[in-house]
Amino acid sequence: MSLLGLMIWAPIAAGFAALLLKDPAVVRRWALAASLFVFVLAVVAALGFDPAGGYQWQYRVPWIPAFNIDYHLGVDGLSLPLVVLTAFIGMLAILTGWNTATRHIGQFFAAFLMLEGLLIGVFCAMDAALFYIFFEAMLIPMFLIIGVWGSENRVYAAVKFFLYTFLGSVLMLVAFVYLAIQSESFRITDWHAFSLSSLEQTWLFLALLLGFAVKVPMWPVHTWLPDAHVEAPAAGSVVLAAVLLKIGGYGLLRFCLPIAPDASLALDGLVIGLSLIAVVYIGFTALAQTDMKKLIAYSSIAHMGFVTLGLFILYRLATETAMLSVSGAIIQMISHGLVSAALFVCVGVLYDRRHSRNIQDYGGVLETMPIFGALFVFFALANAGLPGTSGFVGEVMVILATFQAGWWLAALAAMVVVLGAAYSLWMVRRVVFGPAEHAEVKAFQDLSGREMLILLALAIPVLAVGLWPVPLLDLIEPSVAQLIDQAQAFKAGGAP
Amino acid sequence: MDLQTLALIVVGAVGAGAVGAGLGVRVLSPKAATRLTLTGVGIAFLASVVLAVGYAQNPEPHAFTLYRWGPGDFGMKIGFLIDSLSVVMMIVVTLISLLVHVYSIGYMRGDPGYVRFFAYLSLFTLAMLLLVMADNFLLLFIGWEGVGLVSYLLIGFWYTRERAPSAGLKAFLVNRLGDFGFLLGMGALLAVAGSLDYSTVFAQSEALAQQPSPFPGLSALSLICLLLFVGAMGKSAQVPLHVWLPDSMEGPTPISAMIHAATMVTAGIFMVARLSPLFEGSEVALNLILLIGGVTALSMGLLGLVANDIKQVIAYSTLSQLGYMTLALGASAYAASIFHLFTHAFFKALLFLAAGSVILAMHHGQDIRHMGGLARRMPITATTFAIGSLALIGMPGFAGFFSKESIIEALAHSDLLLAKPAHFLALAGVAVTALYSLRLWWYVFQGAPRSTEAEQAQERDSTVVLPLVLLAMLTLVAGFGVEAFLYGGLLGDALVVHAAHDTLARMAENWNGLGGAILHGFATPAVWLLGLGLVGGYFLYAKGYADKLAPNVSRLRLILIQKYGFDVFYENWVVRAARGVADACARIGDQRTIDGLMVNGTARMARRAAATLRQVQSGVLGHYALAMLLGLIAALGYLFLRG
Repeated sequence: MSLLGLMIWAPIAAGFAALLLKDPAVVRRWALAASLFVFVLAVVAALGFDPAGGYQWQYRVPWIPAFNIDYHLGVDGLSLPLVVLTAFIGMLAILTGWNTATRHIGQFFAAFLMLEGLLIGVFCAMDAALFYIFFEAMLIPMFLIIGVWGSENRVYAAVKFFLYTFLGSVLMLVAFVYLAIQSESFRITDWHAFSLSSLEQTWLFLALLLGFAVKVPMWPVHTWLPDAHVEAPAAGSVVLAAVLLKIGGYGLLRFCLPIAPDASLALDGLVIGLSLIAVVYIGFTALAQTDMKKLIAYSSIAHMGFVTLGLFILYRLATETAMLSVSGAIIQMISHGLVSAALFVCVGVLYDRRHSRNIQDYGGVLETMPIFGALFVFFALANAGLPGTSGFVGEVMVILATFQAGWWLAALAAMVVVLGAAYSLWMVRRVVFGPAEHAEVKAFQDLSGREMLILLALAIPVLAVGLWPVPLLDLIEPSVAQLIDQAQAFKAGGAP
Repeated sequence: MDLQTLALIVVGAVGAGAVGAGLGVRVLSPKAATRLTLTGVGIAFLASVVLAVGYAQNPEPHAFTLYRWGPGDFGMKIGFLIDSLSVVMMIVVTLISLLVHVYSIGYMRGDPGYVRFFAYLSLFTLAMLLLVMADNFLLLFIGWEGVGLVSYLLIGFWYTRERAPSAGLKAFLVNRLGDFGFLLGMGALLAVAGSLDYSTVFAQSEALAQQPSPFPGLSALSLICLLLFVGAMGKSAQVPLHVWLPDSMEGPTPISAMIHAATMVTAGIFMVARLSPLFEGSEVALNLILLIGGVTALSMGLLGLVANDIKQVIAYSTLSQLGYMTLALGASAYAASIFHLFTHAFFKALLFLAAGSVILAMHHGQDIRHMGGLARRMPITATTFAIGSLALIGMPGFAGFFSKESIIEALAHSDLLLAKPAHFLALAGVAVTALYSLRLWWYVFQGAPRSTEAEQAQERDSTVVLPLVLLAMLTLVAGFGVEAFLYGGLLGDALVVHAAHDTLARMAENWNGLGGAILHGFATPAVWLLGLGLVGGYFLYAKGYADKLAPNVSRLRLILIQKYGFDVFYENWVVRAARGVADACARIGDQRTIDGLMVNGTARMARRAAATLRQVQSGVLGHYALAMLLGLIAALGYLFLRG
């Protein structure tokens, strides 16, 4: 079995095994050990990766030969960082959910392990049928995590989550089937090279866009996210925000741009417009939230707006500036994965102590939880895009590049500088600072060793990427260059 | 040692102190933290001096890159530029920071956040050093934001209070409004000049001046300069982005000295001076700078007349003096602006630290109406405060005289459209400065004590007093640098001035030495206005005419007490509008329209489905998973059949 295959199937197998384990203490350790193992494998894959070498760690066997469907895995500079992120977050999610489940503990950890394996599968699949299976199968454990271990309104949120994503993926399936029939192949790289008329591209683009836009999520198909986050247990929110949303961005850059370049060019205004609505409108919406999880959920949507903006603005930029914006979009994905995960862990820490997500139930937390308070402020600042943290890198790259496409586009995008700071720091102001007035807050205990470990583990890469993004940039740059080539290799004579 | 190593030592020493104290905030004793940070800043100061001496021997601008930060050839790097301007700024920053560190040992003694405070102080210094030493816009922006961050943390230092964290947040957000402009300015630079590296950009300044912008009548260069200046307005607290500075008084007093003297507010002034090759090419921007600076210089000085908090009065004086520095920039007298920044750093740090000494003696009372007669009880504080005030008002022979007089003269020599009104505003500001300074002095140090604290006031130990004495001495001598700064070409290799704007060159023709300048000073309108302000102040405040006059000018007083309504405007209009938009987006947009209307069907379906799917709660995982997998298989089967 290949390295990537092991990273996919080991956690899934470990998940099935977890179902059989009875003792909660054993299940927890088992799950942690399995996710640690996957993370080690991910590090090995990253260390053995040559940025200039295209798709690597490839493994291919015919699966359904009648339709040219292969079991085909591989990673390039675009997917590898996401695989490592998934393995990293998968491990921290297990730690975050350590004491969450009071019943069905085996199933709880089984769901997380299977989810991790399936997510890695999504990023490693080089065959569209395989991609689709992982993409759909991943819904099951996530649905269960929200629906079984969530809070009061969990079923509503779980079904809403499910319906939204499913609706999008049905159209995606149609697009896949069409492409497979036309090209007689399910290999994604074949589709990249397959030529299509403008009309075909437009329909394919719209179908794929809808499928992935729900995942990102983009305005106006975003309202499932705040509900899902609010109801999901903290560990579920961590995976949802850090990894699941990235599938949307990943899908756009793996499918939409290279498969339908003419349509991407023709319809880039649509995506740019929706992205800017996400930044500005959703930024304002975040400002009005009184529930911490909703606030962070809306901030996620706003931040993911930079991913879609950075990707689709490329048609309006010179090549070198396009490199800047697309690299920025990818770094923004990684950074958002780390920062939003950390913020959801922070809310989880508070929720465990006070059983409330309402901002007004807190205040003065720093008095009783100095270490937690400092870390919460740190991640809020990272969310506000402060230099020295990863949150700055992607955002600044996208905003700076966008100016070339139009000053007013950049002006709208740059509103995040004020809005992001306003909602992030306003929350911190109300929760962490000020006098501690609630008796419950006065009785808080500071972080446990486990909680501290999670937050420190997230703080380190946030700082590392913020201070020195070059190693990550070097990793993705050749693939970004190739992506830009593909996105500009117009198939229907639609060059600008 | 070469300059490069020295520069890295400066940054590294301060950084080590900041990081060490920051990470050790829970474990370090106050003593250990003091040693650590003080050593760091001390080394940085010494290295800066050595670097300055070395640079003086071979004044050749030197840029070097520590490491590449961003992609491509955009000049996004952690790179430093050592030239006369950065060397002067490094000395000012490290020296003031060193003195503030020493002063804080006594001032912050016993505070539970002592170690944290020192970590922040050093971090503040580090951010400011990065800002002044940068050789590209990216690092400039990183330092810029870093300074904003630490000011946020320091203003909100006493976080359990109700107002301090809010003041910190306000400072951060108002600064971010400015950063919005700064960031767009950088975007414009990247779009038209293709780089963020100073030297690459500066080399294109003339071409940029010819290039059109999307706005008719505005060159690309003008647009860039205007956007960048918005950033400077935020950091350097120019009207209308000044509102954070008076509130920043919520922080501990040593911080006020740091913010007002060495770091933070000087950043915007420094930025424009550093970018003189760009600003010189845009008369539109220079005129706007004149206007903003003039309005700030006069209007903020007037506010000092009605404030009753000792630190607030000094804060308004800072705002007003920043207006003067901005005026100098507008008149292309960059060297005069940096020189005023230089003298102001010393006398303003002095005034704040002396005020801190008063506040300590008053048991943290800050209302000047409760003071009085402190000159007798606190002779060193009073003497040093007097020296600072004389420098501030520009008494001939004192530091502020040389720097402010140069600015006013430069305005008189400028041919720009708005130079005349700016000159008038600057002159009027001189009288106002004298007036509020005399008022402050009289309320605090003269007359009879008006509270028991004032009767029993005492000076604190040497860590508090020593920096005062040192700063007073520096204040006395700083003004004599005027010749080197303005006419000796001290900053020549860093500043670019077009011949058409070169006000300082015109002034150099009439320059005949320090003595001549002082003698000449007595004949200038500025000094007459200064005298007028002092005499007026004496009658108003020492003789008590102010109280008699007050009812007759109540409307004027009200305008001043309400600070021209800026705070009310921001609170009632800007903040409320933002909240309104936010509410509209959340309630009408998301809840009603998208979720309520568009997703209505889906949601209702979801609710119905939820009723049937309740079994999920009972934990029958397998069933559901099985159903899903069946669906998948069906989908795959569809492929088979269609194929």
